[in-house]
Amino acid sequence: MTGFRLKSGGAIDRGKPLGFSFDGRTLHGFRGDTLASALLANGERLVARSFKYHRPRGIMSAGIEETSALVTIGSGARTIPNTLASTEELVEGLEAHSQHCWPNLRFDLGAINQLSARLFSAGFYYKTFMGPGNSPKSWLFYERFIRRAAGLGVASREPDPDHYESCEASCDLLVIGAGPAGIEAARVAAEAGLDVILVERDFALGGGLLQESEAIEGINARGWLLTRERSLRGASNVRVLSRTMAFGLYDHGVAGLVERLQPAAGVRERFWIVRAKRIVLAAGALERPLIFGNNDRPGVMLTSALRAYVNRWGVAAGTRIVIATNNDSAYAAASDIARAGIATMLLDAREDVSGPLPEMAKSAGVELRLGGVPVRAIGRQSVRALEVARIDGKAGETIDCDAMGMSGGWSPTQHLLSQRGVRPVWNETLAAFLPGEAREPVRCIGAATGIWRTDDCARSGRAAGAEAAHALGRSAPKEDFPAPGGWDYPIRPWIFGGIKGKAFVDIQNDVTFGDVRQACHEGYDAPELLKRYTTLGMATDQGRTSAVNALAVIAKLRGGPLDAIGTTTFRPPFAPVSIGALAGAERDQHLLPTRRSPMHDALVTQGARMLETGLWLRPWFYPQGTETVDEAYLREMRLVREAVGICDVSTLGKIAVQGPDAGELLDRVYVNAFKSLAIGKARYGVMLRDDGIVMDDGTSWRLGEHEYFMTTTTANAGKVMAWLEELLEMRWPDLRVAVTSVTDQWAGASVAGPLARDLLQALVADLDFSNDAFPFMGVREGSFNGVPCRIARISFSGELAYEIYVPADHGQELWRALLDGATARRGGAYGLEALGALRIEKGHVGGPELDGRATLDDLGLGRMASTKKAFIGGVLRTRPDLQRKDRPQLVGLVPVTKGEIFKGGSILCEGGNETGHGLGWVTSVTESPSLGHWVGIGLLKGGLSEWGGRTLLADDPIRGRRTLVKVVAPHFLDPEGKRLNG
Amino acid sequence: MLRINCPFCGERDHSEFTYGGDANIAYPELSAPLEAWIEAVYVRSNPKGPHRERWQHSDGCRLWLIVERDTLTHAITRVEPARTAIPGLMK
Repeated sequence: MTGFRLKSGGAIDRGKPLGFSFDGRTLHGFRGDTLASALLANGERLVARSFKYHRPRGIMSAGIEETSALVTIGSGARTIPNTLASTEELVEGLEAHSQHCWPNLRFDLGAINQLSARLFSAGFYYKTFMGPGNSPKSWLFYERFIRRAAGLGVASREPDPDHYESCEASCDLLVIGAGPAGIEAARVAAEAGLDVILVERDFALGGGLLQESEAIEGINARGWLLTRERSLRGASNVRVLSRTMAFGLYDHGVAGLVERLQPAAGVRERFWIVRAKRIVLAAGALERPLIFGNNDRPGVMLTSALRAYVNRWGVAAGTRIVIATNNDSAYAAASDIARAGIATMLLDAREDVSGPLPEMAKSAGVELRLGGVPVRAIGRQSVRALEVARIDGKAGETIDCDAMGMSGGWSPTQHLLSQRGVRPVWNETLAAFLPGEAREPVRCIGAATGIWRTDDCARSGRAAGAEAAHALGRSAPKEDFPAPGGWDYPIRPWIFGGIKGKAFVDIQNDVTFGDVRQACHEGYDAPELLKRYTTLGMATDQGRTSAVNALAVIAKLRGGPLDAIGTTTFRPPFAPVSIGALAGAERDQHLLPTRRSPMHDALVTQGARMLETGLWLRPWFYPQGTETVDEAYLREMRLVREAVGICDVSTLGKIAVQGPDAGELLDRVYVNAFKSLAIGKARYGVMLRDDGIVMDDGTSWRLGEHEYFMTTTTANAGKVMAWLEELLEMRWPDLRVAVTSVTDQWAGASVAGPLARDLLQALVADLDFSNDAFPFMGVREGSFNGVPCRIARISFSGELAYEIYVPADHGQELWRALLDGATARRGGAYGLEALGALRIEKGHVGGPELDGRATLDDLGLGRMASTKKAFIGGVLRTRPDLQRKDRPQLVGLVPVTKGEIFKGGSILCEGGNETGHGLGWVTSVTESPSLGHWVGIGLLKGGLSEWGGRTLLADDPIRGRRTLVKVVAPHFLDPEGKRLNG
Repeated sequence: MLRINCPFCGERDHSEFTYGGDANIAYPELSAPLEAWIEAVYVRSNPKGPHRERWQHSDGCRLWLIVERDTLTHAITRVEPARTAIPGLMK
């Protein structure tokens, strides 16, 4: 016989039947069921296959400690693997599948692994595939097969169609766990006026009270709970979050929660970041399994789970139940099960239990056997009988049963405290780890501190609520924290001798008593080593039921005390968190903000192909007809060289530097002089980091006595701004300068080419663009369509060129006017690709050269450094290693055979010596329509002085291209600068 | 997540701030000898316990702060403006 629904009882709503499916079979449960309780009620005992051996597995628990009943929920894109049946709330239409079995759950071919169990013992993979005598390739070869044979469920590869959201919250007190302790803590704190958040993983509040048949503080448990829940939910200063798991505690009272929402909400999960002044942990305790042969058989469950299924869900796991225990807690469970009309036998390893406890069990109809311990469960796909040994050595017996419970004592749940670095302290009397001293305002209460009596749990909650109230300056009735414990008889050690067959320590990971023993013999007897060697405590349950049992096994094998072994540290998350919840709404285009230039819409309307560069969308090229990028950029370059081209440069960083000491600041941050720059002039400047490496370059324009307009590269705009702020606040607070980022305030365009002057003169009539009135590097402020504009005659392309800026709101207007003017002069727009190509032809450095390693001298800019003033990086750039002659230095490269191509990233080396990192690398290349061949620049050890005029190999092993190149000066076009002075 | 109590904006997540290194470093004059610059740029102590650090409230007021943080416990005991003499700000 398997499980069935009792005629009455339980907190389920028998008037609300729900249909669901398991492996395609339609089944029924009720509102209030979990998937596990509904499966049990339908007699489904075999629900999963195990990780390594494909052993049949059933439902083992009624909560988060489940090791066995892992199922896949949903299908297609909504597939959620490795879901615990014991915590999954039953909803209409729920679709569940068994996982990790083939062809099906009942007949699973993978179960053949059980026959070769010896192969899969501790350290099997290491010894067989990675040890001496195996090439690294053997593991790579076998891994595929092993991964297929062992494992859990499989996630969907389709994009997640569900919505997730994130939520930020603050509160005075965060209470984690809504059992009697947590509820009382929240109530007392709320009554004292604190802002409280109460979190419960379950869909119902109550924790242990949900399966409690005994009264709490003289009141029926269900009634007590109902009153408390009503007042908490009604209080305006309490937020009750059920279906919410607290998965992590972080510094300064920050907690991470995931709330599971009802399908009707349209959002699957909500991610909470809660900042709490104080935290109360009332996460309860988890019952430990006993270790005996076949303790993983379907039908073998935790005793507390058997009780929960009877009391909360009205489900019996079998008709003849044997419960094996070493502690008092099983007596109430056995009594409740017997009272439900099920033949129940209680097997207590202890021989000296007498008085009210056994009397209560007997009067409930429990058959009590003292001094007996389980050694092996009998039955293949389900337990049929239990082989029992006598603790006094007398002959044992075999007891028929169709389900059994095990209770090896209780482990307080302190994972969240452990995440905060608080080490637990072993209490031998209670056989439990109790919380250690926390440095932070985090208080553990209830069963999580080893308090076993419900009344005491409630009392500890009130004490914690009052403590929080007092700490935050409120008043509340003072209550003392009760002492842990509360059993009539001491617990007995629970690792018994005489185990027969495969006895699991970690059921989820198929780690047996034998594996732990073997690992200990091989020296892996520290918890952290054992975990890695055997996989004990890994996967979804993270050792919730196995960790303390493993320590007890090691202690028994070593013959020493348990607390001498050490513990593992728990890290977030307490339970798996879906990637969707972590990502929230920040996916796809919402992952990062998109920055658009003020001219963006005009560029797109015109047909620009945009390119993502950092956060910016910038015009890459402007295809005409079916032009490719390579065709387009060459045409756009010709527009610039032969007529006039316009390019959106609004993304450049722009900083207003204002104040009497503005010039002094620039003198200190740039290697060259700016204080002496005349009003109405611009200058190209380079700034270094403290360590003497180039940080950024750009032009700064002197607009007035006390005002400069600094431009930076697009990529470094934020960095330079923060750098100036740091210098002004941290190092030179005496300088009278204000820096303001005005990047977003100005729209800018470069206007370059022989007809640039003609074009601008037509648009900005109040300025005289003649060479004398507006010389090279001149800066003028004028008006464009009645709007103030600022213009500098500067050139990145080597042509006669200007940069013109207008207030951002007028960016599109400027662009359209420039485009009309350029088109009328047989010019047009050019994009980033052409912009880069034009500067390479001129040998100007850009992003690929300013790579955070190059010095001024490396880039051939050493002569810019002033000798008359000190500047940032000026001292450290003189370090001997930065002055070496064999450093990679900027050179120009042209192919030896004119028609040949070479690519950026190629390694420069001497032909026949293509080894290691070579002599340097190619940083930027372009086809040059003016010269009729490819040109490039690169960084080469020894630079021009050593290699000028010589031939090297540009080796591109990744693309499989090898080109002979000649090393030349990095100025390919118009080195005298005649064009820009034109 | 650390929480830093910005004297200008109030207590905020550390993700609003940018770490700026050891606040005990006194940067030398721009023309100081090489050794002084090497000391300032490269030599750092790695204390266990209280440590004075520089943080910029980059997603807030953008001012630089001196934060006293315990490197072992992350406890923050003190936060003050790096530049105490900003006229009008601290009134």
